[in-house]
Amino acid sequence: MFTLMLTSVLLLAGCTGNKSATTAPEANGTEETAATGGGTLIVGRGGDSAALDPAIVTDGESLKIAQQVFDTLLDYKEGTTEVMPSLAESWTISDDALTYTFKLREGVKFHDGTDFNADAVVFNFNRWGDTKSKYKFEGDSFDYYDSMFGPEEDRVIASVTATDPTTVVFKLNKPQAPFLQNLAMTCFGIASPKAIEDEKANFKSNPVGTGPFVFKEWKRSDSITLDKNPNYWQEGLPKMDQVIIRSIPDNTARYNALQNGEIDMMEDLSPDDLATLEANPALQKINRPPFNVAYLGFNTTKKPFDDPKVRVALNYAVDKKGLIDAFFAGQAEPAVNPIPPTLWGYNKSVEDYPYDLAKAKQLLADAGYPNGLDQELTFYAMPVPRPYMPDGRKVAEVIQASFEQIGVKVKIESPEWATYLEDLKNGTKDDLFIIGWTGDNGDPDNFFYPLLDKDSIGGNNYSQYDSEEFHDLIVKAQQETDQAERSKLYEQAQVIVKKDAPWVPLVHSTPLLAAKAELKGYVPSPTGSEAYTNVYIEQ
Amino acid sequence: MGSYIFKRLIVLIPVLLGMTIIVFSIIHAIPGDPADTILGEKATEQSKQALREQLGLDRPWLEQYFAYLGDLLTGDLGSSIRTKEPISQEIGPYLAATMELTVASMLFAIVIGVNAGIISAWRHNSWFDYICMIIALVGVSMPIFWLGLMEQWIFANKLHWLPSIGRVNVREPLETVTGFYVIDAIISGQTAQLWTVIKHLILPSVALGTIPMAVIARMTRSSMLEVMQSDYIRTAKAKGLSQFYVVYRHGLKNAFIPVLTVIGLQTGALLGGAVLTETIFAWPGVGRYIYEAISNRDYPVIQSGILIIAIIFVVINLLVDLLYALFDPRIQYK
Repeated sequence: MFTLMLTSVLLLAGCTGNKSATTAPEANGTEETAATGGGTLIVGRGGDSAALDPAIVTDGESLKIAQQVFDTLLDYKEGTTEVMPSLAESWTISDDALTYTFKLREGVKFHDGTDFNADAVVFNFNRWGDTKSKYKFEGDSFDYYDSMFGPEEDRVIASVTATDPTTVVFKLNKPQAPFLQNLAMTCFGIASPKAIEDEKANFKSNPVGTGPFVFKEWKRSDSITLDKNPNYWQEGLPKMDQVIIRSIPDNTARYNALQNGEIDMMEDLSPDDLATLEANPALQKINRPPFNVAYLGFNTTKKPFDDPKVRVALNYAVDKKGLIDAFFAGQAEPAVNPIPPTLWGYNKSVEDYPYDLAKAKQLLADAGYPNGLDQELTFYAMPVPRPYMPDGRKVAEVIQASFEQIGVKVKIESPEWATYLEDLKNGTKDDLFIIGWTGDNGDPDNFFYPLLDKDSIGGNNYSQYDSEEFHDLIVKAQQETDQAERSKLYEQAQVIVKKDAPWVPLVHSTPLLAAKAELKGYVPSPTGSEAYTNVYIEQ
Repeated sequence: MGSYIFKRLIVLIPVLLGMTIIVFSIIHAIPGDPADTILGEKATEQSKQALREQLGLDRPWLEQYFAYLGDLLTGDLGSSIRTKEPISQEIGPYLAATMELTVASMLFAIVIGVNAGIISAWRHNSWFDYICMIIALVGVSMPIFWLGLMEQWIFANKLHWLPSIGRVNVREPLETVTGFYVIDAIISGQTAQLWTVIKHLILPSVALGTIPMAVIARMTRSSMLEVMQSDYIRTAKAKGLSQFYVVYRHGLKNAFIPVLTVIGLQTGALLGGAVLTETIFAWPGVGRYIYEAISNRDYPVIQSGILIIAIIFVVINLLVDLLYALFDPRIQYK
């Protein structure tokens, strides 16, 4: 019997598939013709939701459902991370950037028939912000609220008040540049206060919002059924009568189900299936815009990587194009900067270090290592697949071979995932490593600050990269509210990162979706989930 | 018989206790801070602290273990970290799904396996025998994962005979009463639904039942071969009984004890395979429940899921032992 337990654990460990958590994306604009619509859309995805109240979850699968059931004050424009009005029609910002006044849309109703108004907005924000709120139920934590608007002792939002039924005023304790960007995140979907009061802790499995679809039924690990919201505030939308989201963990099985017509659309197609998909006229491929970065990081506190010259030299020794062809089935683009090119603030003029072993060797000699490095270095390669890196170990082996040609010997190690992250954080065992990041919201700060700022050493700044110059720019950008100004600061920051080379940025991978050919109007979002409002199936 | 059952039950106590210790150790075997591991990089210090308190990680090991044991005795399996729901409430539908699949798989395995074994023994060294044994050999060594995907590809994608995933057609949902869809469909009196449910059961139960089927066939064959050579079979034949009667009535009854052992063991082993089968066929059972818990590092669920599977395994073994005694009254517990 113990053997049984052991085997089941081993079997499980062996089959932990390629799952995406919070993911990201690119649009292939499907032309919208005459809006037919109606009927049921069945979507297949890799995992189930944890809970249906977006405020208490942090995982991508849960937010995908919330996206259909809830609206946020602001939203992202289809297929981008640009902010646009949603439940808030317009807003004004005071000169000191401490007061935001939102004008709300009129006549919007929650699915339970109650009115959406300023009081509802206040109710929701108070629920998230007040740690002693009676609507914070056993086991709940509002992690995203805390991480976007600061922990309890250091909140960005000082107060939220309703001045009349359609006006809400946010007072801030300090300016926050990505404030609007943050409000558009799905986790800040506005819920019906009456439903929360009535349902209490059960709200997390009976969500009520104002969104395009109304929650109907949840069969755990199986399917979630949503019906069309007949009173949706956007005229004539949504187009489908019903959406059923099924969880089908295995990528190949999900693809089989799509080919068999049991589902209309699937997420996370494995690159291996791309060829058969493209050969099948009954199906179509949909690209999500890339919104992640995979990188090879140098531990900048250790010799010889404390010397930027060595890091730059090694940048010349990585063949990104080759890696993409071999391990991503071409579904990725070489990374030049730490942020994906779909994100605003991306610096197009930064040039990448090309793959050139002779040059790498020469630069290494210039740095004082004419015969290569004498010691063998420890290269950490990820033991688990991630959306941005399907097979870290194989990628590491290819890089290892390139490095060897310029006299740099590395031994690859892949400890268990939790240990791996712990070791990177501490920065004592590894010399160089592979890891990546998927953006949470559409703000560049969400890449630069956690990954490279000196404040994040001991957190996600695994390179232990410590640059005053860079830090000053990032902090300045955090306090600036003008996006054009911020963009300039981030562009400068990218120049510094390129020069200091704490990383070899590897790739921005493009997550793939597949659907039957008749599915139209689907525009995937970089943030990893989108509402199926405009999707329809051509009859 | 009564004292046999009693003794057999007493022995279960240390076994079950041993299981709880192993299962309990899982959470303590994680390297690093479990709260860090469970909640991931983006969690705040506050929620990590809350989790440590919730899991009692700040208390001494022994104290935690006895608290865990106490909770178990009152039926409290803890709460899922991911869904924040009590596991004892959540696990019901998953258990029903797994049981339905297990029963269907074992039915397939026993009916096909036992009969193939008998006929092979009966027609020893015939072409039927050879084919059966080749199939059994291939069946034993077939990876469930591969078999499942092949079935989907052939019977769903290419032939469109059977659905490839799930338990029911989601476009026409079934009213659930017991959670056992076959029973639910019968209760509601919908023949069409019953047929849909059965069609959904076929591919996964064949995938899951193939290995046990092969093992059972081989065991039945060798056990039957032995029995068929014994004197009383010769006597029965000499009495002029029909061959069918001799084989199924006299032969099988005596050949069945070792087959029963194998059936018991295979049913247990099936639960391990269920994890794979349920993953491929998107079957919302306990295997899936544990699989998702592992991907999400939901340790309380992993603990409870494994404990429940282990308990089912123990119960099946118990049943098999009791059946022995029924088949052969000479068997006693020593």
